[in-house]
Amino acid sequence: MPWGYEAMMTRKEKNKRICMAIYCAVVYLFLFLPIAVIVVNSFNATNTKPYMSWKGFTFDWYVKLWSNGSLLEAFGTTVLLAVISTILSTMIGTLGAIGMYKYRFRGKTLIDGLLYIPVVIPEIVLGISLLTIFAKADIPRGMLTLVLAHVSFCIPFVIFNVRARLSGYDLSIEEASMDLGAGRLRTFFEITIPVLMPGITGGALLAFTLSIDDVIISYFVYGQTKTYPLKVMESVKSGVAPDVNALSTLILIVTAVFVVLTQGDLFHRKYTET
Amino acid sequence: MDIERTQKRRIRPDTLSAILMVGPVTLVMVLLVAIPLIYVAAMSFCSIDEFYNVTSDLTMDNYVRLMDADYMRIYARSLFIAFVTTILCILIGYPFSYIIARTKSRRKKVLYMLVIIPFWTNSLIRIYGWRSFLGTNGWLNSLIIALHITDGPIDMLYRNGTTILGMVYCLIPFMILPLYTAIEKLDASLLEASYDLGAHPARTFLEVILPLTSGGIFSGSLMVFIPCLGYFFVSDILGGGNSDMIGNLIERQFQSGNNWPLGAALSIVLILLTLILVKIYQRLGGDMDALGV
Repeated sequence: MPWGYEAMMTRKEKNKRICMAIYCAVVYLFLFLPIAVIVVNSFNATNTKPYMSWKGFTFDWYVKLWSNGSLLEAFGTTVLLAVISTILSTMIGTLGAIGMYKYRFRGKTLIDGLLYIPVVIPEIVLGISLLTIFAKADIPRGMLTLVLAHVSFCIPFVIFNVRARLSGYDLSIEEASMDLGAGRLRTFFEITIPVLMPGITGGALLAFTLSIDDVIISYFVYGQTKTYPLKVMESVKSGVAPDVNALSTLILIVTAVFVVLTQGDLFHRKYTET
Repeated sequence: MDIERTQKRRIRPDTLSAILMVGPVTLVMVLLVAIPLIYVAAMSFCSIDEFYNVTSDLTMDNYVRLMDADYMRIYARSLFIAFVTTILCILIGYPFSYIIARTKSRRKKVLYMLVIIPFWTNSLIRIYGWRSFLGTNGWLNSLIIALHITDGPIDMLYRNGTTILGMVYCLIPFMILPLYTAIEKLDASLLEASYDLGAHPARTFLEVILPLTSGGIFSGSLMVFIPCLGYFFVSDILGGGNSDMIGNLIERQFQSGNNWPLGAALSIVLILLTLILVKIYQRLGGDMDALGV
């Protein structure tokens, strides 16, 4: 009975699909649950502990946020720090990746090995090692030490991204450019950089994300310059922080809008097999 | 002759551009990674005076103190929590990555982005969200009481289980992303060949799919297990001192405890453990570059 068999198979297939969809939905629920808690709590009219159940709707925390200068300042510090470290680590990392691909020199394997350290070693070890060396060198902790720390752990990620792009890169197009009379600098900016651009932007985006999300390394080198996560850590310990929820919700909305605007095609373009 | 001369003429600009390109990264890696770690290693043999200042009296005391029974318990707990976290990330992450990597839906890219989006809210704040959810006055307890499942709130915070939940939550994307990449690379025709030759789905999974995606499992496991040992704020906020890990020990020595040499010795233990795990990863055929992309 081929007909009955087929009907059975499609029903079985359908059930399988439903199970898979439910499974994925549960995992997404897990990933987004605490974010939902933060968003709902930012409208929650409770004035005691931050971890209370629903007490009614309010906009108070958003109003209070405007008068919380130190929280807004910490947020500004975080963004500034992320922008500076992203620019520096992208420039140093891109140059380094290209240089290490093109040239052979003594000590290359050593630098190659050093690059893996910030990727695999626990962040806390990087944090304390920077803390001790800054103390030894008498560098006062603040924005400078934060930038140095962030640049040092972002560079390897930029290099690996650019290097992934370089693996298919043919040096002969640079030679062609120079044979046609372009100088080294012109060849670099008009041939090398444009070809590697996807790797560079990928690396820069990763560096920015890592810098914005970093808690552990900043925790050891911040001095008086508090970043937003450090400010949150402080308020979590003292226990009252509903305006933190409000600010987190605002950041979430801004990034979501940014993604939809810049990556809008992601949500419209039909899926095409690659 | 002529060729030789042009080569000679080319050496100088090449050397110059090599220095300009590789110089900055070398400087950063040596000054901010290599030297600080060597300094920590040296400090682990130093002592402190009565004002908690580091002195250069060389000693093995810090390493002897590492053998303390209380510390041993914390190492064991750290390894246990990191191990369970890694296993849970594989068990939850593998089927999930498989489904989203092999879906024919045109929303595939959106499904992938939905894994990354939670990252844009700081991990500390999300952990704090979990605390609001699980606390005695939290949402979950309110729900349980409203449904009359129990009379009073259940104490869910400050246990090893809560810390593991937080660790899985923070680290599961590091498992899902490499798995997704590995599974997406799978050649569908291999699976068809396996079925055509009469292999059962379970056998196809064990003998074709699993070996071909094991690289993703290995790199994911490394990127979950090692950071887990150092995520002190998760065990701090969700474990509340009841599930301290080696990261908490180190943090305390550099903050309130103020015994830097002891903290340095603890860090050296963590570095050695990392090196051993990386060696195992390389033995298993793992690609180091796969860890950073």
